[in-house]
Amino acid sequence: MIEAHNIRKRFGDQEILKGISTEFENGKCNLIIGSSGAGKTVFLKCLVGLFDPEEGDILYDNRAIGSMGVKEKKELRNEMGMLFQGNALFDSMTVEQNVRFPLDMFSDMTMEEKTARVNFCLSRVNLPNANNKYPGEISGGMMKRVGIARAIVMNPKYLFCDEPNSGLDPKTAMVIDDLIKEITVEYNITTVINTHDMNSVMGIGDKVIFLHQGLKHWEGTKEEVLEETENKELYEFIFASDFLKKLREAALQNR
Amino acid sequence: MGFLHDIGKYFLMIASMFTRPEKLSMYAKETMRQVYQIGIGSVLIIAIVSTFVGAVTAVQFSYQLEEIGLIPMWWMGIIVRDSLILEMAPTICALLLAGKVGSNIASELGSMRVTDQIDALEIMGVNTTAYLIGPKIIGALIIIPFLIIMAVFLGIIGGLIAGTMGGFYSGAEYVRGLQDGHETYYVVVMLIKCYVFAFIITTISCYQGFYVKGGALEIGNASTRAVVNSSIVIIVANFLIAFLLL
Repeated sequence: MIEAHNIRKRFGDQEILKGISTEFENGKCNLIIGSSGAGKTVFLKCLVGLFDPEEGDILYDNRAIGSMGVKEKKELRNEMGMLFQGNALFDSMTVEQNVRFPLDMFSDMTMEEKTARVNFCLSRVNLPNANNKYPGEISGGMMKRVGIARAIVMNPKYLFCDEPNSGLDPKTAMVIDDLIKEITVEYNITTVINTHDMNSVMGIGDKVIFLHQGLKHWEGTKEEVLEETENKELYEFIFASDFLKKLREAALQNR
Repeated sequence: MGFLHDIGKYFLMIASMFTRPEKLSMYAKETMRQVYQIGIGSVLIIAIVSTFVGAVTAVQFSYQLEEIGLIPMWWMGIIVRDSLILEMAPTICALLLAGKVGSNIASELGSMRVTDQIDALEIMGVNTTAYLIGPKIIGALIIIPFLIIMAVFLGIIGGLIAGTMGGFYSGAEYVRGLQDGHETYYVVVMLIKCYVFAFIITTISCYQGFYVKGGALEIGNASTRAVVNSSIVIIVANFLIAFLLL
């Protein structure tokens, strides 16, 4: 479980996060939603330790990241995997080398063991025959899969995904969502996903946190999102499209 | 204030590299890759430029000495040798490498920064300054002195070819000059310059690339700043070394 207590972060005069407290549970897909500029990415970067918050604590299974030394922080990071919005694959390495990189750097496995682990992860994300291709030679959806394979290769306890569906067509986006969900449940990972894709919210959102202007405005489950009408900002965000509005009305009429 | 901030950040970047490597073999592999990239990739351009620098030095000095007529032409061997060792080879090669290697390093790290590859390494638990910058510095410190020593030899050969072809002196006269009054201390000064310049080129270029913010345009700007700043610092360091050691 990851707990965030009163996280505040500012850049210059601008306060981006204004005291966010929440927790993310094991084996669940925890979604952070909000419009652009709400502070989602900054919050995610604070969670993974890329930004140091000015105030507040982040606890990974009761271990506060703020009070960790360099060695403990490194150990914690070995328990993390992250899928970046732009994939962040190493351009000069093949798919296999990309996925193998964390093993090369941090494990004492033999080459055969590493290759077996890489092949297992690539087949787990349904990408069995791309080992020798470079990131520039594969599609956006395949790159996401490679990113997921690299993120899970070290058996992480915590998985972070920043806009995993950006730039993907709706069908591929659903496949990626399902894959993240399956992996989360299968390995009992604490998964935190930054998104503004409502399909993801409805599909895999075990827990949904809505950020608005640097504050946690609402939290609940995907089912509760549909019924929420009192929170004006959330309502406007979720039902920004007429299609979803009509869908909601139809769902409520059918009850 | 911005300048002081940059200086402080630059030294903090260098200090942050001094940690225990996650895996020595990975660092060694990366260092060898850098040696290859910096070294092999620059051999041709250094060879061409240094040969012509030696040739031009020989022709111009010969022309002027011939006019004066008081100095024997076998001195040309000494002049070409010492000017290449002390000044021409280290400084011109360093400026050349600042352009070629410096811009390459800055754009490589800059594009890694803007595409989140550096953040990805950070999340994995890799000390990014140590892994990305350390091997570049060590690689340059290993290979740049070799490139500059090679430049001295090729410059001397350039001087021999140009001088004899131009009829300024015979090969025997030139070789006599090369063998006369050799100062080992000049080679020591040259090697000091090599190491200082290699450090300047890599650290300044890494600094410019590593802290890029923005996109493609900023990578280009960082690349330009890497070349300009490295070149200025090389020229200043060249003067200081000459002033203090000669």
